[in-house]
Amino acid sequence: MLERTVQIVSNERDTDLYFRLVMRAPEMARDAQPGQFVHLRVAAMRDALLRRPFSIYQARGDTLSVLYKSVGKGTDVLARMGPGEELSLIGPLGHGFTLPKAGGETPLLVAGGYGMAAMYMLAERSPQRGIVFAGGRRRVDILCEDEFQKLGWDVRVTTEDGSYGEKGLVTHPLIAELRRSAAGRKLFACGPTPMLKAVGKIAEEFKVPAELSMDEHMCCGVGVCLTCVIPVKTTDGWEYQRTCTEGPVFDASEVMWEMPK
Amino acid sequence: MNLSVKLGSLTLQNPVMVASGTFGYGVEYSRLLDLNQLGAVVVKGIRLGPVRGNPTPRTVEVASGLINAIGLQGPGVDGFIKKYWPFLSALKVPTIINIWGTTVEEYAEVARRFDALGGVGGLELNVSCPNIKEGGAQFGTDVKLLAGVVRACRKATKLPLITKLSPNVVSIAPYAQAAEAEGSDALAITNSFPAMAIDIATRRPKLANVTGGLTGPCIKPIAIKLVWEAAKAVKIPIIGMGGIESAADAIDFLMAGATAVAVGTANFYEPQTVLQVIAGLREFMQQRGIDDVRKLVGSVQVAK
Ligand SMILES: Cc1cc2nc3c(=O)[nH]c(=O)nc-3n(C[C@H](O)[C@H](O)[C@H](O)COP(=O)(O)OP(=O)(O)OC[C@H]3O[C@@H](n4cnc5c(N)ncnc54)[C@H](O)[C@@H]3O)c2cc1C
Ligand SMILES: Cc1cc2nc3c(=O)[nH]c(=O)nc-3n(C[C@H](O)[C@H](O)[C@H](O)COP(=O)(O)O)c2cc1C
Ligand code: FES
Repeated sequence: MLERTVQIVSNERDTDLYFRLVMRAPEMARDAQPGQFVHLRVAAMRDALLRRPFSIYQARGDTLSVLYKSVGKGTDVLARMGPGEELSLIGPLGHGFTLPKAGGETPLLVAGGYGMAAMYMLAERSPQRGIVFAGGRRRVDILCEDEFQKLGWDVRVTTEDGSYGEKGLVTHPLIAELRRSAAGRKLFACGPTPMLKAVGKIAEEFKVPAELSMDEHMCCGVGVCLTCVIPVKTTDGWEYQRTCTEGPVFDASEVMWEMPK
Repeated sequence: MNLSVKLGSLTLQNPVMVASGTFGYGVEYSRLLDLNQLGAVVVKGIRLGPVRGNPTPRTVEVASGLINAIGLQGPGVDGFIKKYWPFLSALKVPTIINIWGTTVEEYAEVARRFDALGGVGGLELNVSCPNIKEGGAQFGTDVKLLAGVVRACRKATKLPLITKLSPNVVSIAPYAQAAEAEGSDALAITNSFPAMAIDIATRRPKLANVTGGLTGPCIKPIAIKLVWEAAKAVKIPIIGMGGIESAADAIDFLMAGATAVAVGTANFYEPQTVLQVIAGLREFMQQRGIDDVRKLVGSVQVAK
């Protein structure tokens, strides 16, 4: 974990409201692992104080990139920044994905919207290729399809409005694939909470292991404020664990989807 | 140049500390800054047993501030000692432990436990929690309850005692005086302000707990006034806090009458804040030829 003022190398529109932000951050790029995130402060954003968390999308040489969607105050300001401007970063943060092993389980990646960012880094670093299930509401929510293919992954696209790929939810082709064969496969997912919950249930049903990158609101990002907690099963019941520190990646079998009484 | 100040028998190398609940147990931020530069480390509130805390969402960002309802999640006295004390006790700067309970007896018991531990810099009594025995009335908003809890803790320990007052009162002076009369060595002012935020799209409160405590830069002017009023009412030192994010903010509190200050919410967005405040304070004094930080304390000039 480091804190650095970094320079923007580029910040370009990908599709629609999605942007690719490349920053010069050599030490963080060196340390970054798939599923980890950076906590980014847009200093110009005066009355909104907090940092914003973004998954690490690429770490190459001296640069570290995130793939973000402009959804509100912080990301709007960020989208208007350009090369040479500075940002403050804390990272890499959190506990990431377990890298698949060569010759081990076949990884099936399930990604929704900006969840494709974290999945891309996992796909790139994994010695074992597999299938990427990429889902979104519309065609513009499908990111990095070509890049996944270039890495040698089989990409299955779904959109809710049917504007691209198969019409429906990302879980449909996933279930079909697991019906064909579930043995020797492992799920990795990043995306909106309802998607993660569905993937968690599917993993349970098909008895396949799964790792989920949980999307919780964060404040400090480093484990001090206890904002980002989720209930997690333990040997003697349950406890709150921090998404920013024990997570964001949790084993699906540990995550509790209903609040225990 | 002298930056050191005293809170009862506790000497701080400089008057800048961190606020309870915004710095975890120290260890988390130790990878980003040298904790031995601080005046003191103040840890998250601890009661006798472990506490799960509130459901989520627990915090919400508002204009120049934050509303939180964490619900005092924590490991309890034993969990804290086992997990965090080895790290904290090895620091060169004092650790102040923020404690709470739901009965007077619990406060006193927690105070006794930390007294027996040895090496604790001081105890800060968080009185912004309800007294279960007294039907849920807050310790911090009832002068008699407040006096009772300070008295019981004073009997239980010789450690420096800091009473952290609630801002949720008509006038803070009687509370400050009650804490002083019962033997508190210092006051901490202020805790968070009751607040609420609504999601207009869903018509639901933004916090699972519905209401929470407002902190950050937006509360600073209110906190300054509270410190100023309390400083006129008591002789014991005051630790001022509420929205500090720069040396200028800290000096504002010193001039209002605070002997020391604490950085809270700002740690979340800029972990270097506390070091920047210390450096900026030194620079301010150098530029103006002020050789002792204590000369700033209460130095605001109010025309009669
Ligand atoms: C571990 C982690 C990794 C993330 N990775 C990425 C990523 O790679 N790319 C990306 O675009 N976004 C990512 N996010 C979400 C991102 O942090 C939020 O979109 C961002 O904080 C919004 O900031 P804002 O100021 O623009 O929005 P605000 O003005 O603060 O809010 C606008 C809207 O965004 C929603 N929002 C805020 N925070 C979150 C959140 N954590 N999750 C979902 N919705 C949120 C708010 O509820 C609101 O509806 C990640 C979040 C987490 C916790
Ligand atoms: C997330 C959070 C948790 C807090 N937890 C505690 C606590 O456990 N005990 C306590 O006495 N004060 C607690 N506080 C209050 C702070 O110590 C401080 O009094 C308050 O935040 C005002 O300072 P600030 O505006 O600089 O944050 C907490 C504040 C925040 C924001
Ligand atoms: S965001 Fe503060 S503890 Fe996780």
